[in-house]
Amino acid sequence: MNILTGNDLATGDVIWWTGEGWSIHVDDAVDVGDKGAEIAQAETAARRVNEAYVVDAEKDENGVRPAHIKERIRALGPTVRLDLSLKPADPTAGNWVI
Amino acid sequence: MYQYDKYDQAMVDARVAEFRDQTERRLSGQLSEAQFRPLRLMNGLYLQLHAYMLRVAVPYGTLSSKQMKMLAHIARKYDRDYGHFTTRQNIQYNWIKLADAPDILADLASVEMHAIQTSGNCIRNISSDQYAGASAEEIADPRPLSELLRQWSSFHPEFTYLPRKFKIAVIASATDRAAMRLHDIGIELVKKDGEIGARVFVGGGMGRTPMIAPEIRDFVPFSEVVSYLEACLRVYNRYGRRDNKYKARIKILVHEMGADEYRRQVEEEFAHMKTLGLDPPVAELERIAEHFAPPPYETGLSDEIDLSDRDFAAWVGSQVAAHKAPGYAIVNISLKPIGGIPGDASSAQIDLIADLAAKYSFDELRVTHAQNIVLAHVKKADLYALWKALEEADLGTANLDLISDIIACPGLDYCSLANARSIPVAQKIAQRFADIDRQKELGELKLKISGCINACGHHHAGNIGILGVDRKGVENYQLLLGGSGAEDVSLGQITGPGFDENGIVDAVEKATNVYLANRTEGERFVDTFRRIGMAPFKEALYA
Repeated sequence: MNILTGNDLATGDVIWWTGEGWSIHVDDAVDVGDKGAEIAQAETAARRVNEAYVVDAEKDENGVRPAHIKERIRALGPTVRLDLSLKPADPTAGNWVI
Repeated sequence: MYQYDKYDQAMVDARVAEFRDQTERRLSGQLSEAQFRPLRLMNGLYLQLHAYMLRVAVPYGTLSSKQMKMLAHIARKYDRDYGHFTTRQNIQYNWIKLADAPDILADLASVEMHAIQTSGNCIRNISSDQYAGASAEEIADPRPLSELLRQWSSFHPEFTYLPRKFKIAVIASATDRAAMRLHDIGIELVKKDGEIGARVFVGGGMGRTPMIAPEIRDFVPFSEVVSYLEACLRVYNRYGRRDNKYKARIKILVHEMGADEYRRQVEEEFAHMKTLGLDPPVAELERIAEHFAPPPYETGLSDEIDLSDRDFAAWVGSQVAAHKAPGYAIVNISLKPIGGIPGDASSAQIDLIADLAAKYSFDELRVTHAQNIVLAHVKKADLYALWKALEEADLGTANLDLISDIIACPGLDYCSLANARSIPVAQKIAQRFADIDRQKELGELKLKISGCINACGHHHAGNIGILGVDRKGVENYQLLLGGSGAEDVSLGQITGPGFDENGIVDAVEKATNVYLANRTEGERFVDTFRRIGMAPFKEALYA
């Protein structure tokens, strides 16, 4: 699947396109098919996202997993500071990245 | 320490106001990202992997306690309670909100700091020796020249859009603690016929094409250094490549043009520059130098240190260096606890170091390119109390220049340019060699890790270097041996095929075993490598 990501203009937070808006949780991301550039352009113009781009991902029963490790780290947070990640209570969260 | 005059302050304040307006226009949609990006980068604000990242300049690595306190305040108020000290003697904050950035710059300006020229194709922060003004071996204090060059290069209209970024280092002793010859311009202050001047090296650097800077001039009188550097930059600005960013650094120009031809052109330009009256008058040089007058050392102090506490003695043996003033010492504070993140410090630790500098080191401290902190002027009689305070804050690690004193870039955990993570590898290696006796047995061993070819972690200059690469979407790590960023500068050689994250830790251990099996009396790791060559290491690594 193709998912759309970028950063929140004001906060810089990593965000993912949900079909209706933006979420900081990659599991909320939807397949944008070939509409990524179009959505990115409209959302950028509305200042709801910054530096948006499409990435490859897979979805299964565990959720959405970007294909590249860089995007998985963006989705989770730094593997060396899980306390600052989106899963601070899960000491094994870094395994998802690798 | 240098203190801003009204011109310095006015320039920085004006830039804060300008950036506040630019940020407001970006947030309101009057500026697109394409328009805003170069403006924010000129103020050190990057968009990194997780958020905006702000890189704050620490001129030649020197800070007052008040400035350090402000760095802690910024970490606490605007970031996630920590900062990352970098291999350019700067500090980075990883979780900045765009709307907060102007307020942060205003806070920095209130203590004579800024983030200007910490990005972009301009002359970056000048780096220098963290022992400046304290070491007995230096022929002069390198900071007045560093400060002069800071002023010369700040907002220099001709050098704001160079072909590529430009880094200058200044040292003043035969011992190189600043990787001087791995800079675009490296300056060593030297004495000739009783006069102090600059020995100038041009065209060094790391990155994808590492090069050691050749000497371009053996002596430039101190009073003419600005004209000479102006000439060096002019030749680069005129002929440096702008068609290919990977060939745009001055090292490529000097290499392709040849050092002799580059030197000839610089001399021609220098002869012209000297007629323009660019060099500051002696009175200005003296004004700057006055800011770096030695602190009021007490006299009659004892050089004795009570080493009856074994842990304290170990720390002194590792972290304390000789000072030029009797009864004083230079203290290195490790930001490399075993299993920690190299260069990271919490706001509480930053605050504490600031307080300790105020109490024990004339209100002043230094950031090192090895991502540690130095208190340059500590009374030996105060060392024990200082160590106790550091120990309580997890800042008492005794590992200077040992294998766990690892330089590591932020890597893929934070950096959008990185191909692989650096920090977890650093942590695993430090943990593998956690036994301090084992580290001491290995002796001086500088290990440096970069998460991509840009080499922010100085892997080319590591006795053991590690380069993270992306191999079909999987992190892979190349091993390099034999590099040095010191006065015996050399570039590391790649051993062969790379390793996975755990394999690289094993590979490092195997390399150290080869060293232990082959070293002769007094040889450091790098000495043994130079003597026996790569073959025994390859044999052990790939058997």
